[in-house]
Amino acid sequence: MAADPVPKLTRKDFVADQDVRWCPGCGDYSILANVQRVMPELGVPRENIVFISGIGCSSRFPYYMNTYGFHTIHGRAPAFATGAKAANPDLSVWVVTGDGDGLSIGGNHLLHAIRRNLDVQILLFNNRVYGLTKGQYSPTSELGMQTKSSPHGSIDHPIDPISFALGCGATFVARTIDVDAPHLQQVLRRAHQHKGTSFVEILQNCPVFNDGVFSEVEDRKTRSETALVLEHGKPLTFGSAGQLKGIVLDHGVPKVINLRDEDDPVERGVVVHDESHQTRSYASALATLKRPDFPVPVGVIREVEKACYEDMLQDQVNHAIETNGPGDLNTLLHSGDTWEVS
Amino acid sequence: MITKSILKLDDVAIRFAGDSGDGMQLTGTKFTDETALAGNDLSTYPDFPAEIRAPAGTMAGVSGYQIHFSSRDIHTPADTVDLLVAFNPAALRANMEDVRSQGMVIINSDSFTKKSLTRAGYSEDPRVDLATRYNLVEVPLTSLNREALHGLSLTQREMDRCKNFFALGLLCWLYGRSMNATERWLSGKFKGDVLEGNLRTLKAGHAFGETTELFPTHYTVPSAKIEAGTYRNITGNTALAWGIVAAGEQMNNPVFLGAYPITPASEVLHEVARHRHFGVKTFQAEDEIAAASATIGAAFAGQLAVTISSGPGFILKQEAIGLAVMVELPLVAINVQRAGPATGSPTKTEQGDLLASIFGRHSQSPVPVLAPSTPGDCFHTVIEAFKMAVEFMTPVIVLSDGYLANSAEPWKIPDVESLGRQPVVFATQDGDSKFQPYSRVPETLARPWAIPGTPGLEHRIGGLTKEDVTGNIVYGAENHQHMVNLRAEKIARIANSIPPAEVEGPDSGELLVIGWGGTRGAIVAAVEECTENGQEVSQVHLRHLNPFPGNIGELLGRFEKVLCPELNEGQLAMLLRARYLIDVQSFSKISGQPFKVGEIVDQIQKILNTKD
Repeated sequence: MAADPVPKLTRKDFVADQDVRWCPGCGDYSILANVQRVMPELGVPRENIVFISGIGCSSRFPYYMNTYGFHTIHGRAPAFATGAKAANPDLSVWVVTGDGDGLSIGGNHLLHAIRRNLDVQILLFNNRVYGLTKGQYSPTSELGMQTKSSPHGSIDHPIDPISFALGCGATFVARTIDVDAPHLQQVLRRAHQHKGTSFVEILQNCPVFNDGVFSEVEDRKTRSETALVLEHGKPLTFGSAGQLKGIVLDHGVPKVINLRDEDDPVERGVVVHDESHQTRSYASALATLKRPDFPVPVGVIREVEKACYEDMLQDQVNHAIETNGPGDLNTLLHSGDTWEVS
Repeated sequence: MITKSILKLDDVAIRFAGDSGDGMQLTGTKFTDETALAGNDLSTYPDFPAEIRAPAGTMAGVSGYQIHFSSRDIHTPADTVDLLVAFNPAALRANMEDVRSQGMVIINSDSFTKKSLTRAGYSEDPRVDLATRYNLVEVPLTSLNREALHGLSLTQREMDRCKNFFALGLLCWLYGRSMNATERWLSGKFKGDVLEGNLRTLKAGHAFGETTELFPTHYTVPSAKIEAGTYRNITGNTALAWGIVAAGEQMNNPVFLGAYPITPASEVLHEVARHRHFGVKTFQAEDEIAAASATIGAAFAGQLAVTISSGPGFILKQEAIGLAVMVELPLVAINVQRAGPATGSPTKTEQGDLLASIFGRHSQSPVPVLAPSTPGDCFHTVIEAFKMAVEFMTPVIVLSDGYLANSAEPWKIPDVESLGRQPVVFATQDGDSKFQPYSRVPETLARPWAIPGTPGLEHRIGGLTKEDVTGNIVYGAENHQHMVNLRAEKIARIANSIPPAEVEGPDSGELLVIGWGGTRGAIVAAVEECTENGQEVSQVHLRHLNPFPGNIGELLGRFEKVLCPELNEGQLAMLLRARYLIDVQSFSKISGQPFKVGEIVDQIQKILNTKD
């Protein structure tokens, strides 16, 4: 039977009729525009797309998407998404969260959604600050960051979202940048293609409370030096001509080496990126790369296959029906010992 | 051949007590099954510690199972027991005070060593004293059981684990019960020498009763005259689980149950999980918050959504339930109440969460609250909750309790046709008109249930203050007032669709006893006792606690005095007083134990004897 043709949609079809209420210059505008641009390319009927968010600036996202959307409670979006996807595996479910929503109040749910490997996309907008509550430090804020709630500097060690996701056993982990439209779109397409939980960290600028936090990688002029653009099967090199550098693993520990333009990076020992390692050690090593000693890896860090929760759940239902026949209430109520009173 | 006399009794209460590892709950359950099959009315009360295996032989580890059975209609597990079977000194000490005077006490005499007496806290052997006031029967259970199992390839430990079935066999003989159901159950459960051992000791116990001179008399309890039909035993938790499954069938929509394990609610999750062939999906979440959240996510996606928990876990769900109020999605949230606060006593019962259910979320967050009153009523109440949730597009809270959860009663199996079908109807696209997620059915004020996957109905919902009809985010003062009023009105109108409360006994008079939930049995029994003594006492029991049935105010006003027994500090009494300005007298008990009939009878007497 031929599937119903999906009507050709455009970006406009995904723009809701609500006024967008983020601050001027917020990185979220760029993310929203790119998500709206990618949606028509996915071949998913609009009515099957669901955006689910928690609380925070990022979590206003669903209101602006002309799809099904659910703005839920703080930190719990992964749990709501779990229920929606488990209930109806045909839906394309997108979770939008932030560094506070996803890694602070909702860290537990993020962990469990990822480990269950539901086929959902989780977009974590990381601006390393609490925006909606007006500027307190977040779980990804640098040690020592001075904010209203940390006038003497934050004494919380920050968590790295990528390492967190890998630790949870994520089957798809990627990082991208709010203003790098082609890269962001490519990562979104890959995230959607992946069967299983796709965790995407999007580096995002907060012009009001943490302006310029990712300016090195957002700025095209410095990006080639500060970002390590990952491509499957390509060596880990960065920098511009005359100043090329590569990443080698020395006893499992990443190190930067200088390359001459004429060098074959692979011969020099530069690591060739492989998304598909079953073990997490390579991806975890990549996740440790940080400024200023290293460039920031962007792109798909890991993609492996694992069974999805909603499929296994549906399989159990189907198997039970095959084995026992469809449930009959009368049979259930009369199961076990019964007796007649006349 | 010893001739033994048979004595006919109308009403018997017995209790099995032993270590929590002695199999008391199993022994009690099997005796209950045989008693049900003998046609008696019955009521049970399992009472066990929260610890899985407390130190053996200590008071902390004593587990008890009480069963009251009768040739008449009964409502409670009985205040005192006629027979106590105590497997060790600690079990004796923990339960002696509940044995009626001159009642029978069967003890495992093998266990009355100096060491175990000390462990139980006895400074001297209690048997000499007890024998003067009770019919004390010493049975060397441990050695008789070992003898019966001689020759089987079982370790001594394995043999000793069978001794509860020796006691069961003896009790079956004593009260003229068959052992067929137990034998069937054993054959399905065990194999080889373990099966053989249990069957052998069961029969040995029965034969021991027949031949020993310790029991000159045995008893018969004629079957009760109860309504014709097919019956089974059911506990409150099983009834909740089956009600959940039944709701999916009657409403023609798959069920999603999200839960996190917690005593005494976990059995509901276990039982529902067994019935995947009904299309039900169960989800064991990482915590109670996720359980409620995932469940609401499933409701958004179009499933019949239910979450189940007990006190501490229920409270964790309140924020999510508040969201369900705000977005007006159907959800059933079941709380099998237990004694608190904090961890409290996980296996003990209480009715402490009524006000928390009605008022326990921030701001004005109205939710219907229902409470079943008997184990079997759990089945019907949960079905009603689902229908209400979908008809009115609202979360509905169901308050069971630890007593209902584990107690068993004979239950007349309902005719499936009589349960009433109410297939779910989802919204679909209506021509080209723009879909309005908060448009409403005029009578019920319910909004449409429009689920993802439906073309043309794409819409956004969320926790922010919204405009009626469109659902657009609006923070205006007038709008907020309007939405608060509207949500309150929607729940208030449910009163129009629930039956008026019915008085049992005289329609008006001196005293009305009003209760709710799992205390029904004790209240009914107390009122019956007073009525039999010629006193005029009426009684009403509420299933609907929010909103109240429409006639409650008028009904209360017809009585000079109103008494409200509750296993809390007077929460329903407070609501009734506040709502109807009636001088409701609270009778409160919070000991982790259900009401005894006598306690309520005494309270009724006190009120009737007070002249003002």
